[in-house]
Amino acid sequence: MPIKTTIKKGAYFDSVALMQVAKKLNSVPGVIDSAVVMATKENKSLIKASGLLTAEVERAGENDLAIAVSARTPEAAEAAFNAAEELLNKKPAAASPGSDRKAAGLDDAVASLDGANLAVISVAGRFAGALAADCLDKGLNVVLFSDNVPVETEVALKKEAVKKGLLVMGPDCGTAIINGAPIAFANSVRRGNIGVVAASGTGAQEVTTLISNEGAGISQCLGTGGRDVKAEVGGLTFLQALSMLAKDEATQVILLVSKPPHPSVMKNIAAAVKRIKKPVVAVLLGGEVKEKVKKDFYPARTLEEAAYKAACLGRGLKAAKAKELIYDMNLRAEGLAKKEAAKKKRGRFLRGLFTGGTFVGEAQVVLPEFTGPVLSNAPLDKKYKLKNSVALSGHAVIDLGEDEFTVGRPHPMIDFSLRNKMIVSEAKKPEVSVLLLDLVLGYGANLRPLDDILPPLAEAFKANRELSIVASVTGTEADPQVRSKVVRGLEAAGVLVMPSNAGACRLAGEIIRLAAKR
Amino acid sequence: MKLFETELKVVNIGLESFRQGLNDAGVKSVQAQFKPPLSTETSLFAKAAKASGRVEKANRKALDRILGAKPALVGMGVALEVIPGMRRDLILHAGPPVTWDRMCGPMRGGIMAALMYEGMAKKPEEAERLAASGKIKYAPCHEHGAVGPMAGIISASMPVFIVKNEAGSNYAYATQNEGLGKVLRYGAYSRDVIERLKWMEKTLYPVLKAAIESLGRIDLKSMVAQALHMGDEVHNRNRAGTSLLYRAIAPAVIKTCPDPETAAKVLEFVNDNDHFFLNLSMALSKASLDAGRGVKDSSVVVAMARNGTDFGVQLSGTGGKWFTGPAEVPDALYFPGYTKADANPDIGDSAITETNGLGGFAIAAAPAIVQFVGGSAADAVNYTMAMYGITAGENNIYKIPYLNFRGTPTGIDVVKVAKTGILPFIDTGVAHKNPGVGQVGAGVLSAPAEPFRKAFEAFARGL
Repeated sequence: MPIKTTIKKGAYFDSVALMQVAKKLNSVPGVIDSAVVMATKENKSLIKASGLLTAEVERAGENDLAIAVSARTPEAAEAAFNAAEELLNKKPAAASPGSDRKAAGLDDAVASLDGANLAVISVAGRFAGALAADCLDKGLNVVLFSDNVPVETEVALKKEAVKKGLLVMGPDCGTAIINGAPIAFANSVRRGNIGVVAASGTGAQEVTTLISNEGAGISQCLGTGGRDVKAEVGGLTFLQALSMLAKDEATQVILLVSKPPHPSVMKNIAAAVKRIKKPVVAVLLGGEVKEKVKKDFYPARTLEEAAYKAACLGRGLKAAKAKELIYDMNLRAEGLAKKEAAKKKRGRFLRGLFTGGTFVGEAQVVLPEFTGPVLSNAPLDKKYKLKNSVALSGHAVIDLGEDEFTVGRPHPMIDFSLRNKMIVSEAKKPEVSVLLLDLVLGYGANLRPLDDILPPLAEAFKANRELSIVASVTGTEADPQVRSKVVRGLEAAGVLVMPSNAGACRLAGEIIRLAAKR
Repeated sequence: MKLFETELKVVNIGLESFRQGLNDAGVKSVQAQFKPPLSTETSLFAKAAKASGRVEKANRKALDRILGAKPALVGMGVALEVIPGMRRDLILHAGPPVTWDRMCGPMRGGIMAALMYEGMAKKPEEAERLAASGKIKYAPCHEHGAVGPMAGIISASMPVFIVKNEAGSNYAYATQNEGLGKVLRYGAYSRDVIERLKWMEKTLYPVLKAAIESLGRIDLKSMVAQALHMGDEVHNRNRAGTSLLYRAIAPAVIKTCPDPETAAKVLEFVNDNDHFFLNLSMALSKASLDAGRGVKDSSVVVAMARNGTDFGVQLSGTGGKWFTGPAEVPDALYFPGYTKADANPDIGDSAITETNGLGGFAIAAAPAIVQFVGGSAADAVNYTMAMYGITAGENNIYKIPYLNFRGTPTGIDVVKVAKTGILPFIDTGVAHKNPGVGQVGAGVLSAPAEPFRKAFEAFARGL
């Protein structure tokens, strides 16, 4: 397929603005794929994977804007370029008196918002570090949503923050809830007495919504960014957040969510947990806490188990009560699984198409005991690395939020188009028997998920009469999308919806297990 | 810790949709625009940050001199006699140095007008040949203590105002403003243009000179401070400044001019030209900023000037070096019959007012001309507010009533410009790109990035 490129020299655009342009370009008839990116080294290597790296893009510099379009016809490519031009040149609406004023920069913003205490930064990673440092200088806590911030920068920022008694959440911190306010990708949850420290954004969304839907509530949810618990960063933010929650009177239960920290970091976290006089629940996806940390320390294998344990503790119940909640859910799932398994004749394999990275990890924790080995583009164990993230084989779960899929596109929680394509193409494969999906609601996510996902689901069912589609919906009734509405819409389309991702994984796994026995 | 016990107030930088959740939760937030830094050489920012103590001290010193300047109109004279280094074969022009072959239309037209005015050429064709012959030398006004609006042409016999910084010993010079329409400074060279210049030399100049001499001095600084309270920013609006000047000189003109008819004509000329004060607000700015020159390690901008081809910047700490880049065409309101296609790239020394905390930097004081900046008074306030982010300080004398008499943002710090990507905001008139046509509009623009990037990089390297 021919690829056409234009380069605009020295034209800086915010990456988010560019993603919005790319999304629109992909909807131009005849356009197969497109990338609209600043031609940085990182972006070049990333679009190479999608086959859009032309010689012109290769030659462009990091202050140049590159637009690459692969289209069925030259006319379609032309239409896409025209659309891009129009979108990029669109003038923002002029400010009028009394309207919400945009500050010209950080100085202006801080001057115009008396008592500002938190900065949320989502600019391109190569600019984010310096900006975060300026925010710390001005006494602001920072949520650094941006990724691609060098690890040395992260360490320097966090050391400075510790010195100043401020918190740097991130880089790559997708979710936080502070004083009841959802920050970035977050849900509208009940306030309560459970404080969360999370090195994973989706993990934080799953536990906070499960807790809220269970009738308990969140005091604070502090994100750290996934790299915080690695050896280089040493858990600087994680430990700071822990100590803040330990001192916070509104927090009575603490819940930790992370991938397994580096052993040296784990040692420090465990030592800090030991000193806290509040019950602590922890889920380290893909790892486990072997040592006995303290009497009221509750390790959990899944986000679901951790959330329910924390919810029970928060409501003054025993943590063990969580097992009963999960047992009840399983009971219902078994009936569904039997019915679904009975339909299967040819299909054998499960394909999980996820927008939330942590769910991919959790799926790999839950599924193997039902299905045997599960491959992934984000494997917990390198042994199970998928050779090709697009041509799936065997039981496979993939993370569509990985860089290989997101360059020049909005996050798959916002823009469903790539996953929608895969839902249909996977369903058409006769060896596929179960599709496992996540649907994340809340602020930052797609505001009309049903409009976008129902058409490909219908097409999938039509293409594969044996197909089962199992999904979890992460969200609350107070979210802008309203969880129950989304669940009803999916169920009406024939999707089996479970309250949690772990629950959805167990149901999907059980269908495969029972079908294999037949 | 404190964060949990205080009201959350958020500065959001980047994805604007993140404010939705905050709004729904009743949390106050403000969106801050983000612009990338001007330079990609991150090591230079690190170097500047490391030297920030030294630089801030130097900037304080430069700014103290600029703010402490006491510019007053102390007299008038003929360019050849009063401007240092002036010669018969030298023509001064606006902006950074530029050769004849690179000069834009209006500047060439202005030079042709000057040569005819000086009697060195009779016809435009002859003037053009002489101008290109190499016999005439060109130099920036700025390098001779002078400033000129638009083409900024000063030739040997032109009368000039003499403005003295009474707190120091430096002088600044500027010609008398010709009025609007077809005028030399916009590159017009027709017979009526030359005739007006001759009248200004033979009639206007001696009368004003005598009046100023009888007054001794006119305090321009307090005049500008008052004009700001009366709705001027003394760049694109000079109505109040001109009125204040008129009030100051009228009695002296009556007293010193022997012929009432001539006195009336002179006063009418000043009264009819709302921009008469512009050249004085420029000379006042030049006299103030020159006081801030030559402070080692200071990143304060002491001149922004355009010649219609290039935009040039000079810093206090980098001597007489110009940092230049292509001048841009202003985003303007055009007079009927003209469009952006007719416009010349930005031209004139008048950005010296912005450099001095006036003009675009003080536009919040001039609600009457907000149609240039988007139409609402809030837009004007926003532009001034944005400039506080790139200046070394605030003015002690020039204050904005609407901002509770906050001093105007003054002393552009090139490090802040480079770091924030916020570029100085400039009010300007727009010249037709062809010589001889004149003014076609007025508007605003942000200074181009390139001169500031170069200035920052050279400054930081020198630290």
